[in-house]
Amino acid sequence: MSKEMTGAEMVVEALKDQGVDTIFGYPGGAVLPIYDVLFHQEKILHVLVRHEQGAAHAAEGYARSSGKVGVLLVTSGPGATNTITGLTDALMDSIPLVCITGQVPTHLIGSDAFQECDTVGITRHCTKHNYLVKNVADLPRILHEAFYVASTGRPGPVVIDIPKDVQFSRGFYTPPAGVAHKTYHPKLDADLSAIQAAVEMMAQAKRPIFYTGGGVINSGPAASTLLRELVALTGFPITSTLMGLGAYPASGANWLGMLGMHGTFEANNAMHDCDLMIAVGSRFDDRITGRLDAFSPGSKKIHIDIDRSSINKNVKVDLPIVGDCGHVLEALVRVWRAEAKHADQPSLDAWWDEINQWRAKKSLAYRASSKTIKPQYAVQRLYALTQNKDVYITTEVGQHQMWAAQHYHFDEPNRWMTSGGLGTMGYGLPAAIGAQLAHPKALVIDIAGEASILMNIQEMSTAIQYRLPVKIFILNNEYMGMVRQWQELLHGGRYSHSYSEALPDFVKLAEAFGAKGIRCSDPALLDAAIEEMINYDGPVIFDCLVDKVENCFPMIPSGKAHNDMLLADLSDDAGLELGSIIDEKGKMLV
Amino acid sequence: MNTPASPPSPYSAALSSSKIESHTLSVLVDNEPGVLARVVGLFSGRGYNIESLTVAEVAHAEHLSRITIATSGAPETIDQIHHQLERLVPVHQVTDLTTSARSLERELAMVKVRGRGENRADALQLAEAFRARIIDATTESFIFELSGKPGKIDEFVDLMRPIGLVEVSRTGVAAISRGPEPI
Ligand SMILES: Cc1ncc(C[n+]2csc(CCOP(=O)(O)OP(=O)(O)O)c2C)c(N)n1
Ligand SMILES: [Mg+2]
Repeated sequence: MSKEMTGAEMVVEALKDQGVDTIFGYPGGAVLPIYDVLFHQEKILHVLVRHEQGAAHAAEGYARSSGKVGVLLVTSGPGATNTITGLTDALMDSIPLVCITGQVPTHLIGSDAFQECDTVGITRHCTKHNYLVKNVADLPRILHEAFYVASTGRPGPVVIDIPKDVQFSRGFYTPPAGVAHKTYHPKLDADLSAIQAAVEMMAQAKRPIFYTGGGVINSGPAASTLLRELVALTGFPITSTLMGLGAYPASGANWLGMLGMHGTFEANNAMHDCDLMIAVGSRFDDRITGRLDAFSPGSKKIHIDIDRSSINKNVKVDLPIVGDCGHVLEALVRVWRAEAKHADQPSLDAWWDEINQWRAKKSLAYRASSKTIKPQYAVQRLYALTQNKDVYITTEVGQHQMWAAQHYHFDEPNRWMTSGGLGTMGYGLPAAIGAQLAHPKALVIDIAGEASILMNIQEMSTAIQYRLPVKIFILNNEYMGMVRQWQELLHGGRYSHSYSEALPDFVKLAEAFGAKGIRCSDPALLDAAIEEMINYDGPVIFDCLVDKVENCFPMIPSGKAHNDMLLADLSDDAGLELGSIIDEKGKMLV
Repeated sequence: MNTPASPPSPYSAALSSSKIESHTLSVLVDNEPGVLARVVGLFSGRGYNIESLTVAEVAHAEHLSRITIATSGAPETIDQIHHQLERLVPVHQVTDLTTSARSLERELAMVKVRGRGENRADALQLAEAFRARIIDATTESFIFELSGKPGKIDEFVDLMRPIGLVEVSRTGVAAISRGPEPI
């Protein structure tokens, strides 16, 4: 079984054995032996990005849209340091990545050699695990182990740092065998007693709610199917985090919309007033809970998570269930059925009545305009004109991201790629490239802001080179809108450095890259312009000039509770008196 | 080693309880390069306290090391530390020796004291009371070796201070569970 070859050959061999067909990378001195092996083969497509951060986000988009591990290959020193933001992003959002970095030869490590950096030291804090391979004999095991660690348990990024001499050394390669890790054994199945206790609590509940997160998506499509089944069986309402959108369909009857800082009025109020919260693969992040000491004060909480350390980290729960969401949901469905449980229907009906009153507030409504394109309207039209297509949406970070989450609706998992935990501007375009490579025939759209898109705009060249017809739909408000909104709320409207000065002409920019540019500023022409974008067979930058001062509502201001939301003021033109809403303590928060 | 995280974030209001406890955690790890950095980095990165830390290989053939960490924090924080440590890939086992109650903790110290005449006699007398051994002596100094619970060492050091304490070197706490069973 084992075959003699060089370390560089082992890398490529292991990628093939792990079922990898696409990697994202950028060459340099310390990875040349691996690039030389890539030159002689055709099984693996190497996608040349234009910046290593782009490689990391592209690998994330690839992974999140396909359920596979995303792989990137970069050189030592600056190649490695350029991946840090992407690795941290993947760590925060639990995205499985394997990042292979070249390193200076072992005898030069520690000498401040050219393009040397302490890659394992630097990435220790932003990876799930990392390795420095000092001996070629360890390389096959480490390569296979890296894929196992990245993709199982709570997924995350893994770095393998390979010195150049190890890439040249010869050794024996062994294909992946059964997994037998010395220390790492994620627990997938929950204890039956915990499942039974949960089912009992659910049957007793009067005001229950499912609060689901990215863990459901990470668990695989089966978990989403089981979640739908459990929601249908119980009739409970369901809300989700930004990262969990699509696990339960937005068109489903029990859907309350997203919760959290820019979540719907009904979702947040239901979270606040529920008597049973069933958290599935969600982690009580501060964007979700708002003010912690006022978070859902009257509820019992069940928390299903594969990561034991997520439990009781921010919010104390009554019933922890450690296990994979898919496994636990399957057990919950099975036990609920076997014990012929049913919800407390009269109480549940009353609860739905209450929820429907919150729903009637229509908290996502905005003041329409026939003169300027409202950003919300642009997303709504984009949704209306693309919803029946095979579509994948990525975003950058800012107001446009929240509007996309609010107004673009997802009925399936893995269709929505956004930087949730780290909030990385510049994520969306490379992630779209990754998603497009995983789904060559699909329509992939990056809903962007004019500021964010400039952070990784160089990846347009990658899109052109690999004929990836990604669409960049910029909600151009000429502001770092989310920053401007916070400055309005917290800093007396002093818009310090949040105006997007000296913007490029995005249409010409598209053309300079060899893509198509479209501009639209008239709501009456928007549909036709979007159609033109969709129908163009190639990458497009769509410069959608929107209302410059629209704010994103609803909003839980920093330091406030779920039932203390700001809603958009639709009644007159005066707008909200925003400056005084957040107190001193809230101003300390981010 | 770390100063306690100040001022508490308004976000953590619901979980923070004022009761700060001291706990000793025993962490069995694969003795691979960087494993100590992972453990220490976890503490610094997440703002946990380290009051003392000892590490040594305990099973050469299996490449196992035991890291013993004395830490302090609210009970919820200690619980978090425990589970965050378990999340590190090369960690075999984490045991909270304080909650398991039946554990022994010892530390070794070397204490250098300088003095003549009456001070010298006092130092010798106290050393005897604390069962400290003399491991180095000159006409104007002693080095005492002393082992015991950290509190006992603190006490001895405090008593030596007015007599002529020069400096102290301590190992940090090593701990093990009582009885026939392993940790
Ligand atoms: C890399 C990075 N730097 C800074 C920030 C802080 N930040 C959050 S939103 C935002 C403004 C984004 O502006 P734009 O892309 O135009 O989006 P808009 O809010 O206007 O929709 C900034 C600067 C960030 N999230 N990421
Ligand atoms: Mg903007």
